Amino acid sequence: MYVALALFIIAIGSVVFHLLSPWWWTPIASNWSYIDHTITITFWITGLVFVAVVLFMAWCVWRYRHRPQQAEVLYEPENKRLEWWLTVGTAIGVAAMLAPGLYVWRQFITVPPDADEVEIVAQQWQWSYRLPGPDGRLGATAIRHISDDNPLGLDPDDPRGADDIMVQGGELHLPIGRPVKAVLRSLDVLHDFYVPEFRAKMDLIPGMVTYFWLTPTRTGTFEVLCAEMCGVGHAFMRGFVVVAEESDYRAWLEQQQPARPTAQRTVPVMAER
Amino acid sequence: MADVPLDRVAETATTEVEDLSLHHPHSWLTRYVFSQDAKTISIQYTVTALVIGFIALFLSWLMRLQLGFPGTFAFIDAAAYYQLITMHGMMMIVYVLTAVLLGGFGNYLIPLMVGARDMVFPYANMLSYWFYLLAVVILLASFFAPGGPTGAGWTLYPPQAILSGTPGQESGIILMLVSLIVFIAGFTMGGLNYVVTVLQGRTRGMTLMRMPLTVWGIFTASVMALLAFPALFVASVMMLFDKLFGTSFFMPSLIELGTRLDYGGGSPILFQHLFWFFGHPEVYIVALPAFGIVSDLIATHARRNIFGYRMMVWAILAIGALSFVVWAHHMYVSGMNPWFGFFFATTTLIIAVPTAIKVYNWILTLWRGDIHLTVPMLFALGFIVTFVNGGLSGLFLGNVVVDVPLSDTMFVVAHFHMVMGIAPVLVIFGAIYHWYPKVTGRMMNEALGKLHFWITFLGTYAIFFPMHYLGLLGVPRRYHEMGEASFFPASAQMLNAYITVLALIVGAAQLLFLFNLIWSIRHGREAGGNPWRATSLEWQTPETPPPHGNWGKEQPAVYRWAYDYNVPGVAQDFIPQNMPPEAVPLGARPASGGMS
Ligand code: HEM
Ligand SMILES: [Cu+2]
Repeated sequence: MYVALALFIIAIGSVVFHLLSPWWWTPIASNWSYIDHTITITFWITGLVFVAVVLFMAWCVWRYRHRPQQAEVLYEPENKRLEWWLTVGTAIGVAAMLAPGLYVWRQFITVPPDADEVEIVAQQWQWSYRLPGPDGRLGATAIRHISDDNPLGLDPDDPRGADDIMVQGGELHLPIGRPVKAVLRSLDVLHDFYVPEFRAKMDLIPGMVTYFWLTPTRTGTFEVLCAEMCGVGHAFMRGFVVVAEESDYRAWLEQQQPARPTAQRTVPVMAER
Repeated sequence: MADVPLDRVAETATTEVEDLSLHHPHSWLTRYVFSQDAKTISIQYTVTALVIGFIALFLSWLMRLQLGFPGTFAFIDAAAYYQLITMHGMMMIVYVLTAVLLGGFGNYLIPLMVGARDMVFPYANMLSYWFYLLAVVILLASFFAPGGPTGAGWTLYPPQAILSGTPGQESGIILMLVSLIVFIAGFTMGGLNYVVTVLQGRTRGMTLMRMPLTVWGIFTASVMALLAFPALFVASVMMLFDKLFGTSFFMPSLIELGTRLDYGGGSPILFQHLFWFFGHPEVYIVALPAFGIVSDLIATHARRNIFGYRMMVWAILAIGALSFVVWAHHMYVSGMNPWFGFFFATTTLIIAVPTAIKVYNWILTLWRGDIHLTVPMLFALGFIVTFVNGGLSGLFLGNVVVDVPLSDTMFVVAHFHMVMGIAPVLVIFGAIYHWYPKVTGRMMNEALGKLHFWITFLGTYAIFFPMHYLGLLGVPRRYHEMGEASFFPASAQMLNAYITVLALIVGAAQLLFLFNLIWSIRHGREAGGNPWRATSLEWQTPETPPPHGNWGKEQPAVYRWAYDYNVPGVAQDFIPQNMPPEAVPLGARPASGGMS
């Protein structure tokens, strides 16, 4: 019975593929191992259901296939008990995935009060970063302030911005073990800051500021990708984030120059509405 | 329902009409071209959509060639790749699946299955098709427009969709939006027909709870489409204004490649909400007709009543209603207020329950049945496997925090192809093999059909199942090439090449289907009126193919639900819905149930 056999092979083959697959998530480099755990739980529950359903189908197709000496076909429009059992069982399985999911989501959106801020700015097709200077505060920005010598649009009248540190087209450096809140801004279209090793990602949207937070847990250099389609350069919108020990991070920080935006010079196109 | 119900309907006279009062078409043009017969309109819809389907399939070949062998095909650069995915995605979802399932199957099956002579508004029904055709022509025109078709992604997110960093922003995006607007106007005329015909056009005895699940699925999907498409309609109109007249519905103040534009104050996220308020129900607009159809295929070919009919109807309605409160699960990492995550993750996972019930009831219908492994049945089985796989991976993406690492990766591409790409396509194939004999009077070739099934089912599974693992690795979607990345091993590129080879094979195998479809019109085995020995009304028409007006002089009266297969104590293994109780042959059944 090759139909039943094919179904059987699909059920078992999918599990074998999953277990032997050389393609699996990259070793994590942030505190979001909770997310990995939730995925693992979900794999278990969904995997069991998939195998059970497909094997049951395979068995039915084999056992109840049309034969000359047909067994009596069951005429049973409904079976309340069975239907309720299945419904309740499914609801429990769903709850077992949803509960940890929502619990971790709560953590994901709750930034620890002591988190450092960094700003990530996207434009077609590069990443820029801004770190608060010694005052620990980022200065205000607006699209209308953007000019050749003020590419991120810092407000020249905001004193908090004077000491901000700008990284244009370079690497983002982060110290290991300290929670960091990434504040996200886009100058043109949608983008998405995505570092596979961090698990976290979030869109950058022109006209508003979004955020996510994480604590780097592993030193190294990781790839930054854009994960929200942003035009022809989308696949090339790459960068690196360097997670370093506190001392190395400090050494890097020392070398950066504060912003001190020069006098305002608006782009000579049109006035802000 | 268990016993053969004696119903009052038997005492009511059936409707007889004089032949003349049916307004039969008088010329070739009104019979075959500007036809108001739902069956002809159905064929027009289906054929047009199949043509678009083959184009969209061909586009997927080009995309796969680029992904499998990056750089080998110089003409597929980044811009071309984005144009390909956009046109492929939009064509498949709106112009193929929606059009075939509602315009195609809806038109053919609703009137026949509820015992009506036609749709209630035949003229609007005809216009619906011609609007659809116009929308298709506008869409295809964008291939020849300056700058080519839009490459904004099928989601058309602004600001990107109308700015110069995106291919096709010169005219492609305008044509796309206009085409969608025309499509929706056309769909509305058809959709009203499907809904009103089900509510008002049913024949005597055809109570709502006796309708075949196919009708329930198409009916619910049509109601949903009438509620969901307007969101896309307004979003398209607004974006068109932003593009052409400089309004700022979706446009904040921004820089375009170094120049500040004259926009300000709009919200890109507003577009996403509108888009997905349409886009998520759209998934079910495609899925519910498929659910309904597959229920009927399984019951007919397993010779067993569909298990838990009432639960199935409620599940369809529950899914339809719930699917309007889950849209933002496409937006977990869009930067919307993160507190929405709790609500939308909960509603999304709740939908899994009625959906799971449907799956259980399909497989419980197989249990203790008399399974005939016909081509439609094979496709139904393939659908269940594919749909369960895709539905389960949806539990990853719906569960807000799990979606964070996976969203916008190839995992998503694999998921939605399984659940709303391949699964409904398998149902469409199954349904065509199943109803072809009614439409043409002839059977499609079974051996070719089986070959087509095995290549398509196993092939697509082998394409999309491993693709999830590329997403787990971290490969983003909508990348025309991955290039160098530390987490992307050489073996993953080999996987990409393997997927491409399979995609070419599967695509080519669709020619078997096309050949079978055309060849069987003339050369197929004569089918007779009811080759599958099915119960529902469309198989009981006095003539096959049914003529205009469907039923000749007398509309049928209905005495029972559509699932009286192998009723104990009845001498044949099915009882047509319109067979009066006194006509049901009682007694023992001959050992073997006829056809194999
Ligand atoms: C064997 C058949 C098919 C193949 C090989 C295929 C292949 C592809 C590929 C390679 C992509 C681009 C992935 C990326 O880079 O993001 C894609 C996108 C897509 N496909 Fe398919 N596809 C097939 C059938 C279908 C069907 C039947 C549907 C119907 C729903 C569909 C709907 C879509 C959609 C909506 C997108 C997303 C477009 C976008 O990102 O804007 N595909 N497909
Ligand atoms: Cu991007």
